[in-house]
Amino acid sequence: MSHVHRPEFERELPALPAPTADAPLGTARRLWQRDGIRQVVVLVVIAAAWEAAARWAGNDLLLPGFLQAAAAWWDDLRNGELLARTAASLSLLLQGYALGVALALTLSALAVATRTGRDVLVTLTSLFNPLPAIALLPLALLWFGLGQGSLVFVLVHAVLWPLALATLSGFQGVPETLRMAGRNYGLRGLRYVAHILVPSALPAVLSGLRIGWAFAWRTLIAAELFFGASSGRGGLGWYIFQSRNELMTDKVFAGLATVVLIGWLVERFVFDTVERLTVRRWGMQR
Amino acid sequence: MTATHPREHQALSATSPPLLQVRQLTLDYRSDERTIRATHDVSFDVLEADRFVLLGASGCGKSSLLKAVAGFLAPRSGEILLEGRPVTEPGPDRVVVFQEFDQLPPWKRVLDNVAFGLVASRQCGKEEARERAAQALATVGLSRFADAYPHQLSGGMKQRVAIARALAMRPRVLLMDEPFAALDALTRRSLQEELLRLWAELCFTLLFVTHSIEEALLVGNRILLLSPHPGRVRAELDAEGFGLASVGSPAFQAQQQRIHRLLFETA
Repeated sequence: MSHVHRPEFERELPALPAPTADAPLGTARRLWQRDGIRQVVVLVVIAAAWEAAARWAGNDLLLPGFLQAAAAWWDDLRNGELLARTAASLSLLLQGYALGVALALTLSALAVATRTGRDVLVTLTSLFNPLPAIALLPLALLWFGLGQGSLVFVLVHAVLWPLALATLSGFQGVPETLRMAGRNYGLRGLRYVAHILVPSALPAVLSGLRIGWAFAWRTLIAAELFFGASSGRGGLGWYIFQSRNELMTDKVFAGLATVVLIGWLVERFVFDTVERLTVRRWGMQR
Repeated sequence: MTATHPREHQALSATSPPLLQVRQLTLDYRSDERTIRATHDVSFDVLEADRFVLLGASGCGKSSLLKAVAGFLAPRSGEILLEGRPVTEPGPDRVVVFQEFDQLPPWKRVLDNVAFGLVASRQCGKEEARERAAQALATVGLSRFADAYPHQLSGGMKQRVAIARALAMRPRVLLMDEPFAALDALTRRSLQEELLRLWAELCFTLLFVTHSIEEALLVGNRILLLSPHPGRVRAELDAEGFGLASVGSPAFQAQQQRIHRLLFETA
């Protein structure tokens, strides 16, 4: 059997020049890379389809076109009606949301601290989480009367359970090694919760806050369809309901669009920003 | 920490009592249904500036021993004395470097991670903590990454950060729980080298857990062999003088084979 002789060798490796950046993408390609731009394109397509469908149907009472609804929206925005309605809805929402968040955090802190607390929370959540908050409205009206109290009550219910559940699972998911590292450096009690548990559970807490927000917003609009918040100063839901009664379908669409728009703005500018500055930056979430 | 050379230091402390004493330690894990014995009647002494290695197969309770010394696990019986005082809870005089990378809070930049221990234990103010952290980071060669987040680092760099954080605390004993086990072989070798260099420079006392015979001989100057289920002391051996240069030497191999025999031959 012949044996090929392969000499060994060693090489000196000189330093390489710094790598150069790739050629930049074209403007069109770069714009398309941005999520915002792509979403806008999708929205434009939907609006065009809507307008086309409305013209084809030709019935303003059933389906006003996009342009007509946009005009109605713009009018009511300028005369301040939509703003006032939105303010009424949002102020109620914030009250209910804040109260729900406070309760949820307290409950999950108790649940993580004691075994009884956890049993209580888990049982309550499994009882109340499947119950749509709006289903409690009749009962709330009986207890708190026709006014803000009832709405805040159902809002708290909408926020509390999903958020408490998410927060608890966030606390329970804190890695054991991280817990030990914290205790190793002498963290105890509240400092331990603040420096280890809360930041580590933040991805779960944020997603709970998001879900809670969406639930609360939907519940509020649905609840307002029953009655205006208080003495004629109704919110967006009431605006939609009234407009339908007056057969101003374009205003119904304007109201719906506002509901969607606010939900989207909060998602995109509040929650996305908070996530980008925290959990994404820390590599805890993609 | 004094600037004495490790060997002189050891000679000095030869007359004083051992820094860390583990006395007839029995550790149990209790679940609802049953009790599992992790270690049974284990005793050993760690002297100042020792590199004391706990070596054994999985299930010999070596990690449990380390957790008990750290104060995370209360003994069933027996006691652990650090400078004559019993260990009852975790504390910054016994800092642990874990195997898992998630020992570094992902929301803190590298420098803040190193300073974290100092701040959390209230050893010093924020400013001084950051200064000491920067120094510690320089000793492990990671100054360039002070502003990075842990998720941007490689596994080996994360362990370096954890080591820097532990060293910045200047603990009485540095506890390491298989710190290099999750790394690739080449990174592991370079970190073992680095650990020895840091020890020669800073002269700390090390309690090191591993399941690798080679690593035990390389890193340690004293090795405690533990038999599994439950962990009992099989032998205590000398490993002074084995370094990176002696890997593969006849003496190194002989000691390696002796340990192999002690661990695997049932009496």
